[in-house]
Parts: sequence; structure tokens; C-alpha cells
Amino acid sequence: MLPGVAAFGVIAGVAMVASGITPLMAMLMSLLVFAGASMVAAAQLLASGSPAALVILTTIFINLRFMMYSASLRLHFGREPLLWRLLIAYLQADNVYGLTLMRYAERPQASAQRYYFLGAALVVWAAWQLAVGAGIAVGAGVPGSWRLEFAAPLAFVAMTIPLLRDRAMVAAAVVAATTVVAAHALPYKLAVPLAALAGIVAGLAFERSWR
Amino acid sequence: MAAVTYLLRASFLLLPPQIETPALLRRALRYVPAAVLTAIWAPEVAIADERLAAGAVAIAVAWRWRLTFATILAGLAALHLFHWLT
Repeated sequence: MLPGVAAFGVIAGVAMVASGITPLMAMLMSLLVFAGASMVAAAQLLASGSPAALVILTTIFINLRFMMYSASLRLHFGREPLLWRLLIAYLQADNVYGLTLMRYAERPQASAQRYYFLGAALVVWAAWQLAVGAGIAVGAGVPGSWRLEFAAPLAFVAMTIPLLRDRAMVAAAVVAATTVVAAHALPYKLAVPLAALAGIVAGLAFERSWR
Repeated sequence: MAAVTYLLRASFLLLPPQIETPALLRRALRYVPAAVLTAIWAPEVAIADERLAAGAVAIAVAWRWRLTFATILAGLAALHLFHWLT
């Protein structure tokens, strides 16, 4: 898992500076936001001069999945003290979520669940921040002819394809792709939130019709 | 960005334990990652030059091996190969 975190961290760092934001801003974003996909997308939007409201809207859509993790982690941590819940909220990440849920499924009665989460999350957090720093340093020195900015969509492809495990998921992705391409002429990249909504509705509709 | 991201992460963790998560919301949230991520990468790949071919290679590699790093390397290699061929 850690090589994957490091690889995506380096790519996120490279992609952020390749799209034109300053290294300091990229690193600050990584520490404060700590959500790779939204950072790369935001860097692309900021560099192309998009309005701040659009950056925020895109961030909300990309990071809506954390709301799903939050709803699910609540079953395990809902009764922890407030400070623990605030810390757990900041440290949520895709792979930490996957790892901890797998472990809780294996040993539902195990004690000290929060320490397991904290340990896994801190290792991932540290690896991620180091990798982003390295990516920012590398990205500032690589010539544009390497076309590393294309690594950002490729990383998103690598994140999406493994999710497509049932027909409804495939429907969500296909409808989202079709909508975003068909609606690309809309101003302010509004095609992205529109396509996301269309994909979610398609997934729900497909789920219902196949049941 | 930091604020909205944190609020999304904290949302359900900060609700009092008595409140149930609405079922439809939970089901809809399942499709968020696939739909949103696709909406971001599809327009970058659906461009009628070497990017389309490189995207197809990356999708095939991701489908077969599910490895992030291999997908990105294969996609970048294909991008340069198809650019050189055309």
C-alpha cells in the first residue's frame, strides 16, 4: 500500500507544480487539505484562472466520498471522545479507510480500534507528505516535453477502474464520461459537477432496475 | 478547500449517535468516487490525438493489473510512443 501512496503523492506534487501553482502553495495545500485528487484538480483549475467558487464546488464533489467514509467510520468511532473524532476526521484517506474496515471486519471485537486507525493513518500521512514534497521538488525541475501533467488524469484512471466491480458502478462511470464530454462547452467547467450528478443518478437507477 | 474538505470528513463523525444515516444518501454516496473521478479524467483523455490512445492503454492496464504505478507508467509510455508514431 505504501508504494502506491508514495507514487500518487509524487505524481500529485509533480502535477500541481506542472499546472502552474507555486511550490509553497502546493505544499501548504497538501498539509491543510490532505486529499490528493482534489488538490490536483484544484491546481489545474487555479492555474487556468477559474473562479474560486468553482474550485470549492469541484473540491466538494471530489471529496464527497469522505462523507461516505465518515458515515461508515461512525459505526466504529461514534462514541469516541470529541477530540479523537476530530483527529480521525482529519486523517481519513482512501487507503486508511479500506485497511481499517478490512481489519474491523476480521476482528469486530478487537479493543483499541482507535489506536489501530491512528497508527495506520499516521504512517500514510507521513509517507504522503514526504512524497508530495519530493514530487514538488522534482516537478519544478523536469522539462515540459516529458508531459508529466498527463500523469494526473492517468492517476485518476488508475483510481477509478478498480472501483468498477458491478454493473451499476460501470453505468455511473460511463454516464459520467459521456455527459462530461457532451457538456464540455458549458462555462466554468460546470460539465464536471453535472456529469458527476448524472453518473450518481445512473448508478442508483441501474442498481434498482437490476434488483 | 481545506475547510469544506474537513467538514465533509467530520460530517457524520460529529453527529450524535442517536441519528441514523439516511439510506438513500448512503447508497448515492457509493457512486460518488467512480462518477466524480471519471468526470475529471474523461475530458483530458477524450481528445482525438495520442492522448485518446494513451488513455485506452492506461484503462486496459488498470483493468488487468489494478496497479497505480504501472497504469501511469504505461499511459505515459504510450503517450510518447503514439506521439512519435503519428
